[in-house]
Amino acid sequence: MQAFDFVAPTSVDEAISALAAGGGRARPLSGGTDLIAQLQEGRLALDTVVDLKRIPELMAISISGDGLTLGASVACHSINANQAIRDAYPALIDSTHLIGGTQIQGRASIGGNLCNSSPAADSIPNLIAHSVTCHIAGPNGRRSVAAEDFCTGPGRNVLGTGEFLVALEFPTPPANFGAAYLRFIPRNEMDIAVVGAGSSVVLSDDKSTIQSARVSLGAVAPTPLFVEEAGDALAGQPVSEESLAKAADLAKAAARPISDMRGTIPQRKHLSAVLTQRTLRIAIDRARGTNTVDELGRLNGHG
Amino acid sequence: MAKKIAVETTLNGEETIFLCEPRQTLLEALRDNLGLIGSKEGCGNGNCGACNVILDGVLVNSCLVLAPEVEGRSVVTIEGIAEDGQLHPLQQKFLEHASLQCGICTPGFIVSAKALLDDNADPSEHDVRLWLAGNLCRCTGYDKIVRAVLDVAENDA
Repeated sequence: MQAFDFVAPTSVDEAISALAAGGGRARPLSGGTDLIAQLQEGRLALDTVVDLKRIPELMAISISGDGLTLGASVACHSINANQAIRDAYPALIDSTHLIGGTQIQGRASIGGNLCNSSPAADSIPNLIAHSVTCHIAGPNGRRSVAAEDFCTGPGRNVLGTGEFLVALEFPTPPANFGAAYLRFIPRNEMDIAVVGAGSSVVLSDDKSTIQSARVSLGAVAPTPLFVEEAGDALAGQPVSEESLAKAADLAKAAARPISDMRGTIPQRKHLSAVLTQRTLRIAIDRARGTNTVDELGRLNGHG
Repeated sequence: MAKKIAVETTLNGEETIFLCEPRQTLLEALRDNLGLIGSKEGCGNGNCGACNVILDGVLVNSCLVLAPEVEGRSVVTIEGIAEDGQLHPLQQKFLEHASLQCGICTPGFIVSAKALLDDNADPSEHDVRLWLAGNLCRCTGYDKIVRAVLDVAENDA
């Protein structure tokens, strides 16, 4: 690797100063599973690497009445090991279990996955489905953006020079809320999504009607895609295969994938519908708190 | 060139200070600066697991850690797995099951398996295979490795 300086600030303000001093040639480091690999390959040339993992706010997991605040540098491993997150946000674990193998999960963070801004990132559709707010710090102070507005292109996002992600805020799940993330890969583990889908639902108190829903897709556009119309089409609809099929069709219509080594346009369009429907079924299942999805992923007794 | 940094860390249970360049990975520092050549470089980008070490109790690829990051942390490498001159049960069972051929991947597998058994003393075969999914071996076909790990778990349980 080319030479660079290394600093490990212990506060957000120190990190802002360190990144400002480095201008465009300083970058924050969390788990390093993308950044260090890019430095190794010479795809990135830096003067300064700013390790954020000594900053308590970046490493904090806090669950309160306002929801979950997840420090941007918290590793997947720490999320997987946190029973309170597993109980309240099971869909988040869908992503943290999928990102790399055990040793990658020991380092990789959800914040880093978001800031790497891959269109195929396994956490981002999930963040969108959960209505996550991204808290950013930088030389001009702090600001917040919605997860669906964070990425602007492949490897590109709203972070300006010297800005970095501090935390992700998950709102408290409303009553009868459920969410899920699934991806398609042509093997069992350790691959990049051909298509990913994250969905969430809020059901009525009798759990027979969908009050609201959010659907998001990965790897079918230059950025993770928020398919607002698919969720809107589910609002007020009964929990039925027909309702889910309509949302799946809208997701398929919204997908605008490319053909590449991982998949073709028709395959990705098809997968967008299939995964949307499957994640909605699991989300409904979780919202009901009962196991109503059979082993083929079909909603029992609902069409 | 950036100035060398002195890094204080607990390495295989011993307080250690080493000098490194900020651009060096932990794997490079272990091998080139500290002479601990048990950790191997397979891919150098986090795909193969041959360089795995345990950092503050968590399994990581040492090729994807910058050496200065381990300041004040605890690192366990393959050299720290055996105790009191006795092979660790994992090392013994890898020998008994012939779980290695060329041996390049072996340190990484043993460190990964150690982290697994520290986390879960009674893993299923599925647990073992999933945990070791980030370790690549081009010789054995994995089966003998999985059997060795399960054998250790069964005998310790």
